[in-house]
Amino acid sequence: MATKQANETLAPTRTFSARLARGLREPSRSFIITFIVVVLLAFFLSPLLRITLNSFKTPSQVAELGTPLYPAKARVVEYQGKEYEIYKVPFAEGVRELALYKKGRATSEFIDPANLDAPPIVWTGAWRSLDRAWEFAPTLTNYQQVWDLLNYPRLMFNTIALAVIGTFGTLISNILVAYGFARFRIPGKQLLFTIVIATVFLPEAVTLIPTYTFYVKIGWIGTWLPLLVPAFFANAFDIFLLRQFFLTIPREMDEAAKVDGAGPFRILRSVILPQAWPAVIAVGIFHFVYAWNDYFAPLIYLSTRPDLQPISVGLARFNSIYGNKPELTQAGTILTLIIPVIIFIFMQKFFMQGVVITGVDK
Amino acid sequence: MNSFKELLTIPRLKPIARREALQGLAFIAIWFIGFFIFTLIPMLATLAFSFSNINLAQEEALRFVGFGNYQKMLSDSSLHNALGVTLKYALIALPVGLAVPFAVAVLLNNKHLRAKGFFRVMFYLPYVIPFVAGIFAWGGLLNPEQGWINQTLEALGVQNPPGWLNDPTWVYPSLVILGLWGIGSAVIIYLASLQGVPTELYDAAKVDGAGWWATMRNVTLPMMSPVIFYSLVLGIVGVFQYFLVPLVVTDGTGRPGGATMFFNLYMYKTFFTFQNMSYGAAQAWVLFILILVVTIFLFWSSKYWVYYAGETREG
Repeated sequence: MATKQANETLAPTRTFSARLARGLREPSRSFIITFIVVVLLAFFLSPLLRITLNSFKTPSQVAELGTPLYPAKARVVEYQGKEYEIYKVPFAEGVRELALYKKGRATSEFIDPANLDAPPIVWTGAWRSLDRAWEFAPTLTNYQQVWDLLNYPRLMFNTIALAVIGTFGTLISNILVAYGFARFRIPGKQLLFTIVIATVFLPEAVTLIPTYTFYVKIGWIGTWLPLLVPAFFANAFDIFLLRQFFLTIPREMDEAAKVDGAGPFRILRSVILPQAWPAVIAVGIFHFVYAWNDYFAPLIYLSTRPDLQPISVGLARFNSIYGNKPELTQAGTILTLIIPVIIFIFMQKFFMQGVVITGVDK
Repeated sequence: MNSFKELLTIPRLKPIARREALQGLAFIAIWFIGFFIFTLIPMLATLAFSFSNINLAQEEALRFVGFGNYQKMLSDSSLHNALGVTLKYALIALPVGLAVPFAVAVLLNNKHLRAKGFFRVMFYLPYVIPFVAGIFAWGGLLNPEQGWINQTLEALGVQNPPGWLNDPTWVYPSLVILGLWGIGSAVIIYLASLQGVPTELYDAAKVDGAGWWATMRNVTLPMMSPVIFYSLVLGIVGVFQYFLVPLVVTDGTGRPGGATMFFNLYMYKTFFTFQNMSYGAAQAWVLFILILVVTIFLFWSSKYWVYYAGETREG
């Protein structure tokens, strides 16, 4: 926005012809740039388009070559109790869509679907070279099949339960820790905060083996506990995000509340949180999406209990079984991504804010 | 270390200050308890494991083996291969991971672009899609026969389009493509940072007669260097640990021909498949030290190329 204003203040000093040239150039530039970005975006989102289209196709359409990109079925016409396939037949006066009535090697007989009682039309040429006529016909059978094969309601319940409980723990713990870092004078706080941030660089692998072994010993394998309990102990990213936001809230109100005799929890609840809700929502939805994305931890801790697994693990397993049925795996993929995408569409403002706080303030 | 000594002064504070410090410590203790249980103790246990012959089954008596597990790594050619795979991937993934989101952000920041808000949201959107779903979505596009990429290439007259994930050479670019949906976050960060570059600097560059490239090199890139640095560090930490995508794509087999047997995947197999705990622990520590060394090097080098515009860094 600022650059635009700067340009406009410069503009009056230019000559008329320069301004005219600029006026002509601007729309075409903006067209070219916008066009480039549209093309990039089309490529970027094309996998989404492809799986959406394929998920509505019949298995035979997916397997067959030379079928349309969109879900379609070959058009047929019923005549005297039999079905005849419709082809695009080229004639001197143009292409006509006709039903193949009698197949022949050199000539074939066609009937006009619009006028079935008219005598058959003879066409010279190999009918196998003709293109079929298609009509848009999405099918929901893939989704119906996947719904049961994937055990979708169960996986969805698990994912939502894990996400909700984990989000609850993440919010409580990170708010408390960030509040501690943002509002209390603690000697050596700088060092403690540096330790928190440094853990971002720790590879998870270096804790995995003893942690897994420990969970085996205390019987947590095959339960949700290894996935949920750590969420209740805060994490560096969310502490950082919330602390940065809390720091922007003026301290005067804290002080006023303190004079009125409010304790730390009271100040947090009635002064800080009411002003920090964009950051709180950002942390909540990030964790929610994270729970959907989480794959490795549920894979190793729930490998013996498919009935407790979340959707990512379920989808990967489904794909290794039904990999040869792309129409099913793609419907499963759509069912997996649809909820995070819907949440994002409604909450995109908070996602963007959260990313900016963690990324730019660093 | 001064601040560490400060921490020990708490008992000597005045009562009010001491109460505040203790209350604050109680809040942040939540994180530190978790850190001890889930990070620090397991890390040290991993280190201890790596010097022993510990195993889940533990058929032989538990004993100290010195650097045995580390020596084994020197002669383990599969491990060297896995490290090579990780480095090869890093050489492609890191530059792409920095340049692509940057380029997209520069495009989205172009003042001639229409519907900026819409594009910003759309480029971020796939970031929320679970990566397993993303793999299957892009995997279909990369399918050598039926994928849109090869169909487009064939339509453009390319004779032998790549086999993508089935080809030991093309598998690395393919994995980078599978990761493209993760750029959203970096795009938003770069974009916010591009918008934060003071307009006066661009005006000054214009007055000096700087063209697009000179402005980019002398104004935009230095002003963006803290954010580029942040992305680079997180990118390197991430790329050393990369293995989830190949784990899902190849079921952990390392197909084609070991080309996707990443260091972390090998470590994972050492532990879960071959049940060799102590050797896996040694690998984990080597990985940790590798990351640590590279990160320290980057932080050291940052004073030569990262420009903090007159700010003192407040961590």
